[in-house]
Amino acid sequence: MTKKLTGDNIFKVLAAVMAASAAVILIINAYILITGSTLILQQEGINFLIGKNWNPVIGRESFGVLPFVMGTLVTSSIALLIGVPLSLGIAIFLVEMAPKAVKVPISYLVELLAAVPSVIFGLWGLFILRFWVQNYVETPLNTYLGWFPLFSGTPLGLDFFTAGIILAIMIIPTVASVSREVLTAVPDSIREGAYSIGATKWEVIRHWVLSYGRSGIFGAVILGLGRAVGETMAVTMVIGNAPNAMPTSLFSPGQTLPSLIANGFLEAPTPLEKSAYIGAGLVLLLISLIINIVAHVMVTRVLKVKGGAVE
Amino acid sequence: MFHSYGFRKFKNKLFFVLCLLCVVIAVVPLLSILYEVIARGAPQINLEFLTANGLQGGIGPAIQGTLILIGLTSIMGIPLGVLSGIYLAEYGNNKYASWMRTINDILTEFPSIVVGITAYSIIVVGLIGTFSPIAGAIALSFMLVPIVARTTEESIKLVPNSVREASMALGAHRWRTIFSVVLPSAKNGMITGTLLAVARVAGETAPILLTIMGNSYFFQGMNQPMDALPLRIFLNSRQPSAELQAEAWGAALILILMVLVLNIGVRLASRGRLRR
Amino acid sequence: MSNLEEKMSSVNLNAWFGQKQVLKDISMSIKAHTVTAIIGPSGCGKSTFIRTLNRMHELVPGARMSGQILLDGTDIYGNEVDPVRVRRRVGMVFQKPNPFPTMSIYDNVAAGLRLTGTKKGKNLDKVVRTSLEQATLWDEVKDDLKKPGTSISGGQQQRLCIARAIALQPEVILMDEPCSALDPIATAKIEELVVQLKENYTVVIVTHNMQQAGRVSDYTAFMYLGQLIEFGDTTTVFENPKSELTEKYITGKFG
Repeated sequence: MTKKLTGDNIFKVLAAVMAASAAVILIINAYILITGSTLILQQEGINFLIGKNWNPVIGRESFGVLPFVMGTLVTSSIALLIGVPLSLGIAIFLVEMAPKAVKVPISYLVELLAAVPSVIFGLWGLFILRFWVQNYVETPLNTYLGWFPLFSGTPLGLDFFTAGIILAIMIIPTVASVSREVLTAVPDSIREGAYSIGATKWEVIRHWVLSYGRSGIFGAVILGLGRAVGETMAVTMVIGNAPNAMPTSLFSPGQTLPSLIANGFLEAPTPLEKSAYIGAGLVLLLISLIINIVAHVMVTRVLKVKGGAVE
Repeated sequence: MFHSYGFRKFKNKLFFVLCLLCVVIAVVPLLSILYEVIARGAPQINLEFLTANGLQGGIGPAIQGTLILIGLTSIMGIPLGVLSGIYLAEYGNNKYASWMRTINDILTEFPSIVVGITAYSIIVVGLIGTFSPIAGAIALSFMLVPIVARTTEESIKLVPNSVREASMALGAHRWRTIFSVVLPSAKNGMITGTLLAVARVAGETAPILLTIMGNSYFFQGMNQPMDALPLRIFLNSRQPSAELQAEAWGAALILILMVLVLNIGVRLASRGRLRR
Repeated sequence: MSNLEEKMSSVNLNAWFGQKQVLKDISMSIKAHTVTAIIGPSGCGKSTFIRTLNRMHELVPGARMSGQILLDGTDIYGNEVDPVRVRRRVGMVFQKPNPFPTMSIYDNVAAGLRLTGTKKGKNLDKVVRTSLEQATLWDEVKDDLKKPGTSISGGQQQRLCIARAIALQPEVILMDEPCSALDPIATAKIEELVVQLKENYTVVIVTHNMQQAGRVSDYTAFMYLGQLIEFGDTTTVFENPKSELTEKYITGKFG
C-alpha cells in the first residue's frame, strides 16, 4: 500500500522524529566535547590520558587526567563496596522478608533518598558526615593502623573516603530498586522448589534466588557505578579538592573527573586549559557511556523489557 | 551444603537481622539530612530572607531563578519528552524505536557536568556569548527529556490494549485514538512522572554551575547571569563565613521543601486516585 | 432464505500470525438483516475471522492476510480503501466490556461521533438517547449519564459498548463472544438485544456457546482448526449437520 499524507502518517512521522531527541542530545554532547578537546589532544596526545601531572601554569603547562581518573575509580569503588551490600540487604528485605505494612513505608523512604538533590547531600557531607567520618572512622583507623598506607596521612574528613561514603549513600536508591525488580522477577517456582527440600530462607536466597538473579543484580551494580562515576556536586563538596593528587591514601584529599571540571572549568584562563577541562569531560563521557551500556544490556536481558504496543 | 539444624536456624536469624540493619543504615542519612536541614535552615527563614537580594543577605534571586529555570526547562523539555514517549509506547515495535529506547535509557544516567560543558559551549561561548538562563535551561532539558520520555512510555503502556481496540473499532484514526482515549487514561501517570522528573532536574547543580554562574541580583535578562537555589547552596557552602553558610542551609531548606513537597504530594495524590 | 441480499462475504480468505496460519481458505456469505453465528472450539480462528471483517486483524503485530472481504460487493482491503472508513461501517463489540475508562456514560456513547468528527451539537443528545434505547440501557442509566462508564455492572457495560457501536449507525455489527464475561441474566438480556438488532443491522456473533448460537442466529458457521467446516441456516446445521465433525461438536463430543 502506498503511504498517503494522512493525519495518521503525519503524526507518526512527527512522533518518530521526536523519539530521536535522546539520540540527538547524545550526538550534540559528543560533538561538542570532541571538537572542544581537539586542541588539548593535539597538544598532549596520549599523555593526556596517561600523564600524572596537571599543571596550568602558563609556560609550564602539562595536562594529564590520570590522577582524576584514578580518583574517580577510587571513590566509585568505595561507593560500591559499601553501597552494594547495603542495597542488596534492603532489596532482599523488601522482596523476601518485609510484611506488607512495612514494605510500603520503607520503599517510600528509599525513594525519598533518591529525591534529595545532590547539592544537599554535599552540604550535609561537608558539615555533618565529614565529622562523623573523621572522628569515628578515620581517626581510630589512622591511630591504630596508620602504618598501613591506605590509612596513612592526616585524617581531615575531606578526602576520598568521605566522598566514597557519600556516593555509597547516593547509589543506594538506584541499586536497591533495580535489584528489587530483579528479585521480584525470580519465579516463585524456584523458591518453592528449594523450600520443598528443606532449605531455610537464607539458604533459599543465597543458593537459589541470588544465583538466579545474578546477572540482573550485576546490572544493578553497574548502574550504581554509573551514577557514582558521574556524580559531581556532592563529591566536589567533600573530596578536599587537592590539585593534582594521585590517590595514595584513602584519607588524602583528591579530585575526581567531575569535581575537577566543576572546580576549574569556569576559571580556566587560556583556550588550552579550557580545552583540557573539556577533554576531561570527554573521558568522563566515554567511561560513563561504557558503564551505562553494559548495565543496560545486563538489566534488560534479565527483566526482558519488551517494548511497543500494537502497531 | 547444610549443617546442623540449630546452626542453620541461627544463620537464618542473623541474615534477617543483617538485612534489617541495612535498611536502618540507609534511613539514618535521610533522617539526619532532613533533621539538619530543618534545624539549621529554619532559623534563617523569614520574609526578608526569602525576598531580599543577595547583597542584602536574601535568597530571593535564587528562588526566582530556580522558578524561571523550571519554567524554561519544562517548555523546552516536556513536549520533546512526551512525544518521544508516545512514539516509543504506541509505535515502538520496530528496530528504530528499540534503538531510540536504548539510547534514551543510557541518557537518563548521563553525567550532569557534561551537559553543563555542552550548554556552555553552545550558548555561553557560542550563540548568546554570555552566561544565560537559556544556557541553564538547555542543559537541564537535556537531562529532563530522557526521563520524561521514559515515564511517558511506561504510563502509556499501562493503558490496556482493549481501550485502543475499542476506539479503533469505532473508526477513529490512530492519532485521534492516542489523544482522545489513550492519553486521558495515561494522564495521571504521565503527570506524576513528569512532575517528579522536573523536581529532580530542578535540584541539579552541576549543569547550571557552568551556564548561569550565579548572581546577587534578581533576573536581569536572558543574556545575563542568574542565580538558582542549588547554585546558591553550593557557592555559599564554600565561603569561609558562618553567615553565608547559614544562608546555604536556609536555601537548602527551601529547595528540599520544593522537591520533597512536590514528591510526596504527587505520590500521595496518585495513590489516593488509584484507591478510588 | 437464499433470496436475501448479501451484505458481506469472504472470498478465499487466509490469515497468519507470523508464520502460523490461523485461517485457511474461508469463503462465506453474510446476508443483510440476519444474525450469523460463528461457533467452534477455542483457537479455531473464529475471533480472527471476524477481526478480518473490519480490518482489526491487521492491528496486531505480525498479522497478515490474503483473499478478499467484500462489503456491498467492494473489497474492503482494496488499495483505495481507508481502514478507518471500513470500521465506521462495520462496528464491533468485544469479548470483555471495554468502555473508555476516562469517559462518562454519555461520553462513551458519543465517543464514536466525536472521535470520528462526524456530528456535533444538539443532535448528539438525541443520538446518545436513541443508541442507549436501542441497546435497552436507557431506562437503567438515564439519570446517571454523567457517571463514569466503568461504574455500571458488567452486563450494563457491555450494552453500553453496544450503544457506543450503534451510535455511529454502522451497517454491520460484529460481536466477539460478547457474553463470555457476563452472568446468565446479563447474557439473556444481550441475547434478546441481538435478535432485536437485526431489524436495523446485520449481526455477526462469535460464540463459544452452542445453545446461544441456536437461540439468536439465523445462520451458523462451524469452524475448526482455521477451516470453515460447515455453513448453513442454523436449524439445518444444528439438526441435520452434513459434516461428522460438526455433529460431534454440537453433541458435545469435543470442544
